[in-house]
Amino acid sequence: MPEGTLCNKKPVTTKEQLQALLADKSGKQYYEEMNELEVDRKALWATIQKSLKSRTKTWLEICSHCGLCAESCFYYLANRRDPEQVPAYKIQRTLGEMIRRKGGVDNAFMQMCMDWAYSRCTCCTRCGVYCPFGIDTGVMFSYLRGLLYGQGFVPWEMKIGAGMHRIFRAQMDITTEDWVDTCEWMAEEYEEDWPGLKIPVDKKDADIIYTVNAREPKHYPEDIAEAAILFHVAGENWTVPSEGWEETSLAMFAGDWEACKLQVESVYHAMERLNPKRMVVTECGHAYRATVIEGPYWAGLESGKTPIESLHYIEWVAEALRTGKLKIDPAKKIKEPVTYQDSCNYIRNGGLADVAREIMSYIAEDFREMTPNREHNFCCGGGGGLNGIGRYREQRNIGMKIKRDQVLATGAKLVIAPCHNCWDAIRDMEEIYEIGIRWSFLKPLLINMIEVPEHLKPPEEPEA
Amino acid sequence: MYEFLTGPMVWISFGIFIIGLIVRGVRYVRGLDWKLDRVTYHTNVSYGVKGALRSILFWLFPYGTRSWRKNPWFTLWVFAMHLGFLVTPIFLLGHNILLKEKWGFSLWTLPEAVADGFTVMVIVSVVFLILRRIALPEVRIITSWYDYLLLLIAVSPFISGFLAYHSLPNYYPALMAHIVSGHIFIIAIPLTKLSHFLLFFMTRAQLGMDYGIKRGGMKGKGMAW
Repeated sequence: MPEGTLCNKKPVTTKEQLQALLADKSGKQYYEEMNELEVDRKALWATIQKSLKSRTKTWLEICSHCGLCAESCFYYLANRRDPEQVPAYKIQRTLGEMIRRKGGVDNAFMQMCMDWAYSRCTCCTRCGVYCPFGIDTGVMFSYLRGLLYGQGFVPWEMKIGAGMHRIFRAQMDITTEDWVDTCEWMAEEYEEDWPGLKIPVDKKDADIIYTVNAREPKHYPEDIAEAAILFHVAGENWTVPSEGWEETSLAMFAGDWEACKLQVESVYHAMERLNPKRMVVTECGHAYRATVIEGPYWAGLESGKTPIESLHYIEWVAEALRTGKLKIDPAKKIKEPVTYQDSCNYIRNGGLADVAREIMSYIAEDFREMTPNREHNFCCGGGGGLNGIGRYREQRNIGMKIKRDQVLATGAKLVIAPCHNCWDAIRDMEEIYEIGIRWSFLKPLLINMIEVPEHLKPPEEPEA
Repeated sequence: MYEFLTGPMVWISFGIFIIGLIVRGVRYVRGLDWKLDRVTYHTNVSYGVKGALRSILFWLFPYGTRSWRKNPWFTLWVFAMHLGFLVTPIFLLGHNILLKEKWGFSLWTLPEAVADGFTVMVIVSVVFLILRRIALPEVRIITSWYDYLLLLIAVSPFISGFLAYHSLPNYYPALMAHIVSGHIFIIAIPLTKLSHFLLFFMTRAQLGMDYGIKRGGMKGKGMAW
């Protein structure tokens, strides 16, 4: 059975394999090898038989083909109502067909499925909210991604990402040492401005264990410092774990369920090891979805909950504002029109719409809702791993038009996006469409707005 | 033939209908898998029940959800059709006379003109849904012959019933067509996509539990359908 050296059915488990994949610029050789990759039809059908249960089977069977899902899909709208972008059509042509053929499909079909599962669906699950039968095509596309991953049909970046999680327990090649060093560096860097600022690593019995997105230590270490400053000002007893600090899961986007389990267990082990009271997750949507919402299931926790109570960052911010741990200087509230990007992963799929509004009521004088909003908001255009996949850049950029128009309609020039994926997508959207907007996480905005107690301010410089 | 179709065949049709739906329902519930579906059906029951009920109730009423409100004409005709499907056969005078003759009891009945109105409403609704399937590209692309067949199966008893009622004295051919198509409709419910007669409630409850238990139900006010 022909398998490539880079593109194959085996997950990446060694640093050497990872290096080889990374050295293959843009996955050129990887995708060439994919053209030769044979489908193990027997294994595919066996997996389907084992994992396709009544929920999904019924969804595929009873779909009335009413088409109400069409307008719920931002891809359908962004692609000028192309009927081929109707969710019911997309899933029937891919997963539905694969099942009808009992897994008897060829390479071309699998590649088509991969292209559709990643560039025509971000698993935002909005369609499920508009279907009278509650058929959640986003969930089915995620299931399809798992089947594709098992056969080696997965975008190059996702194969790498899943491998990273398996090797580093992080979506990027960051070792425990790198992470701890970054925390120490950031604490030192900001200590002068914030006397007493610490980033406590592996402190036991803290009130809060804070976990992040690997992009923060890798690309935006100041985000960790900002989190530290806000915890510091709020007087929180907090810590970060030296291991189990990564919340994200490219493995979830890749459909590598085994790696998903390994990843979330590293976080849960940190909870057990350090015995904190609660966990706070950084401003990331899919990280929260992976580790807090879906993670307990991958780890086989029958409670369906994380071992300790877990909060998204916006929940902590709302609580800190509500209880007065953080106070906003009224003079520094955001005066200009500002809008909020509801992330699919923690708003529609996490129930935090009201929490986001509560924060806005404290910090913004002219908050403008997008239309639609809350649970009904559209995907930023970069969800489901799409931001990171070069092969589908064009499709992603077309999809972003919906978010662009939504933002423009608010009249706001500032978009608050407490989600790494949304933040990235909106940044790229501005780069491509140049609509003259700015975008931000909550942390830097809050730091500029909070009232800092005297004793936490740096000592005044003696006048010369 | 008439005796058979209004006697033993009724038992056969309703037997298939009831047993078929029970099998469908039991298989659906047994096939739910908390780990694969990633919903703890058994452990967070109160959230699950609340989520399921919200999910069913909002969708059970016309214009109760964002999706129904966004598609006002579709919603109108779909609800009209389903209302006609349920109400007309159960409360039709003719059916209840038959019921009294065979089993010795009958139900409250609709005035005949109202029943006639319901019948016309079903036929018009089906015509609307057929035209919609043809006219809208986003519906046409997912429509197959099977979808038309189901509409045909569902509307046939109403067309033939209407003709039988209005073609006295020579009503026998239409009546026979009505009885046969009625049996086909009842048998088709558990055996085809029309099983959404029951499975609508099942799949709605399932997604409601998903949202109620896992996707925010424990933190928010419940999904805003």
